[in-house]
Amino acid sequence: MPAQATDVAPSFDPVGESTLLVRFGSGIDVSLNARVHATVAALRAAALPGVDDIAPAYASLSLHYQPVVWADGGALPWRHLADAVGAVLAHAPGSRDTKRRTIVIPVRYGGRHGPDLEPLAALLGVSPRQLVERHAAGKYLVAMLGFAPGFPYLLGLDPALHAPRQANPRLRVPRGSVAIGGAQTGIYPTELPGGWQLIGRTPLALFDVAREPACLLEPGDTVRFQTIDDDAFAALARAPQ
Amino acid sequence: MSVIVHKPGLLTTIQDGGRRGHAAIGVGHAGAMDEVALRLANALAGNPLDAPALECALQGPVLQFERAATVALCGAAVEARINGETAAGWQPLHVGAGSTLDCSRIPRGTYACLAFAGGIVAARVLGSASADINSGLGPRALRSGDRIELGATDPPASAATHRGSAWMLDPRPWFDPDPDRPIRILRGSHFDALDDTSRRVLFEQAFRVSPESNRVGTRLDGPRLALATPLELVSEAVAHGTLQLPPGGQPIALMAEHPTTGGYPRIGQIAAIDLPRLAQRRPGDAVRFEEIDIGEAQTRYLQRERELAHLCESIAIRLAR
Repeated sequence: MPAQATDVAPSFDPVGESTLLVRFGSGIDVSLNARVHATVAALRAAALPGVDDIAPAYASLSLHYQPVVWADGGALPWRHLADAVGAVLAHAPGSRDTKRRTIVIPVRYGGRHGPDLEPLAALLGVSPRQLVERHAAGKYLVAMLGFAPGFPYLLGLDPALHAPRQANPRLRVPRGSVAIGGAQTGIYPTELPGGWQLIGRTPLALFDVAREPACLLEPGDTVRFQTIDDDAFAALARAPQ
Repeated sequence: MSVIVHKPGLLTTIQDGGRRGHAAIGVGHAGAMDEVALRLANALAGNPLDAPALECALQGPVLQFERAATVALCGAAVEARINGETAAGWQPLHVGAGSTLDCSRIPRGTYACLAFAGGIVAARVLGSASADINSGLGPRALRSGDRIELGATDPPASAATHRGSAWMLDPRPWFDPDPDRPIRILRGSHFDALDDTSRRVLFEQAFRVSPESNRVGTRLDGPRLALATPLELVSEAVAHGTLQLPPGGQPIALMAEHPTTGGYPRIGQIAAIDLPRLAQRRPGDAVRFEEIDIGEAQTRYLQRERELAHLCESIAIRLAR
């Protein structure tokens, strides 16, 4: 039986003096990403000294650490830390045991909130309604957050909806825009420049530093979309969050 | 009683040790471009080394003091004036009540840190007072008329004169704006994917700091680099100092306000000991790269940290006398 992606030993790659990259693979793959989240959880629980940031990505995770704390013991700090991470990994579960949260995100698809819905549907050879139904039917995994504070990269997009990025990125994408870029779908948490295809918009605040926690989504969460109309959008936009 | 901003300068922001622990939700570290300058300015002002201070870029602010305060300037060379009289950096400076501190002339280097004894009273966002302009987190850049509240000091600053101290630090090991000296880099994960010419050119030819550079990244004009074959990359973590290669072929060194992840090839990593030196290069300055390996880079970094810790301890002892 061929080895599965989740069985392969990770590689350790120092990205400079104070960041250690732990890589499990190189592709966009749900089982690989689940292993990343499981490892992040194990590393957080291990609370290694001098590690002040742990961030998951699609197929890797990074630890930002203070080399001074790992300077004893003869070896270079990054090797010393890599050994400690390896020891944690030896006991980490292959995928996350803990119950995943599911967050439902209401979306007003199309119209002024999703200006690319109709041209994108035409490009993909489906009706706008079919595009919306397929997008809203999906069950998505928050693979990582990045690019900007609170921006989720969601895995699980129907392959029929994979779409090219815009040739000319927009300078301002409205906050809450739900978009498709390549094999991924995502949500712009704040007004940002961006080149993804805008198919709808959520009135929910994905990122608000005045709120605790500031970020609505966490890596490893499950996301579902719920279709709403203009009235529901307006009501939710007015509601305190 | 506080400090009033007469002129804000080009880009004056509050920066501290940075916003740590939130990379998993896409929030970057921000913090000072020249973190050595921040630590030394705070040490000279008698503050915790990561206390909030003002970071000035290319042209600093003009500030009026409603109360007496002790301040310190480190990093880029500021031709500071207190009520028109020359005031030197790299030492504690006593600014009397009613005095004006003019930091507008910065003839060498790019980023200076101005620390105030007692620190700056600033709201913390996700644990840090640092302005992250690119992400819209933390305080905005200073504007004319802003008031900066200073923290309390014990004993309160009482000197009504603007005399400097009898001693000052030698800036030389900590501030090096010489564009002819190389910046050391580590090979990045995708260095081997560069074509033969680009691998040579990266170390043999000079780049120039583009005027488009900012706190997010130092963009390098000059020879264009190319990959031997295109890479299909998924987004991964990047770090302060990561040298990325976007499709246009002009490398970008990611700086304090870099995003947490990136999908461009990582062809190099600026050695941490040289990050302040790169930050201090001005638009148009040359940048030459020299290779260093991770062993030497980490060893030299630890050595620098020991020297800095020792220096900050001796500053604290002098201030206590």
